[in-house]
Amino acid sequence: MNMEKLAASYRLEYDVKAKDYVRGGEVSSALRAVLKQLSLPPELVRRCCVACYEAEMNVIIHSLGGRLQIDIYPDRLVMVAEDSGPGIEDLDKAMEEGYSTAPEEAREMGFGAGMGLPNIKANTDRLVITTNPEGTRLIMEVLFVGKDS
Amino acid sequence: MKLYEVKEILDAEVLSGEDKLDQEVFGACGADLMSDVLAWKGDKGVLLTGLTNPQVVRTAEVVGDVKCIVFVRGKRPSTETMELAKEAGIVLMRCKYPMFVACGLLFSRGLVPDEYGEISRIL
Ligand SMILES: Nc1ncnc2c1ncn2[C@@H]1O[C@H](COP(=O)(O)OP(=O)(O)OP(=O)(O)O)[C@@H](O)[C@H]1O
Ligand SMILES: [Mg+2]
Repeated sequence: MNMEKLAASYRLEYDVKAKDYVRGGEVSSALRAVLKQLSLPPELVRRCCVACYEAEMNVIIHSLGGRLQIDIYPDRLVMVAEDSGPGIEDLDKAMEEGYSTAPEEAREMGFGAGMGLPNIKANTDRLVITTNPEGTRLIMEVLFVGKDS
Repeated sequence: MKLYEVKEILDAEVLSGEDKLDQEVFGACGADLMSDVLAWKGDKGVLLTGLTNPQVVRTAEVVGDVKCIVFVRGKRPSTETMELAKEAGIVLMRCKYPMFVACGLLFSRGLVPDEYGEISRIL
């Protein structure tokens, strides 16, 4: 891993608009470009980007809008996806594979399998979700060292 | 399997990336659900799908080193999808076969992901 390029942490910040399907995935594309420059193992890049993409699409599809903040540290990636509501009604159900309330327009584009949150869980080393009607916040952490190296 | 073989087996039309058909692919994923694609470890593989919106390319980019997207049932992607794929360096093809047949053809001709080597011996 190229540590010299990462003297301090590196932050990416993006606003994510509700229903902005066309731009969906731009954050994860940008993240991918940055991570590739750091010559991280492809498997780590994949895990970070998959989690980021699922979180990004959830903000677009299910929320009133929000933002993603990504901090890259020498040993880990910390992503925070925050939105301004309406919150996840039943978090236990939402974490189940196959549970989805995605609207028709999202399903037509291939979303709404109800696999997003389980995919995020599977690809991160730490996932903290807080949700209420005012908004949802996901804190996702992927370690660059440890179980994969 | 090389991408030009994929083209031949599926009798596919190359929509973009004609110059990139010499690449080798090692597996494939057939899916119309983005999250199913995202659960795949796309490395150097082919994505077969019935979806044609730009999100397909974005999803393919995120998942790893996807070399080629094949649209089944003769579907044609939007110009936006084509643009994105060009930027990402992903080959686009379309074939007339429905998903099941397209996947079956590739699998039976040896495009078998490593973890399914056992199954392929039955064929
Ligand atoms: N940011 C959010 N705000 C409100 N509800 C959410 C949010 N994220 C997820 N949910 C709820 O949790 C459910 C499950 O989310 P998950 O990402 O697992 O599946 P999905 O988005 O419906 O489908 P997929 O991710 O497979 O395309 C959603 O259908 C939605 O009801
Ligand atoms: Mg989702």
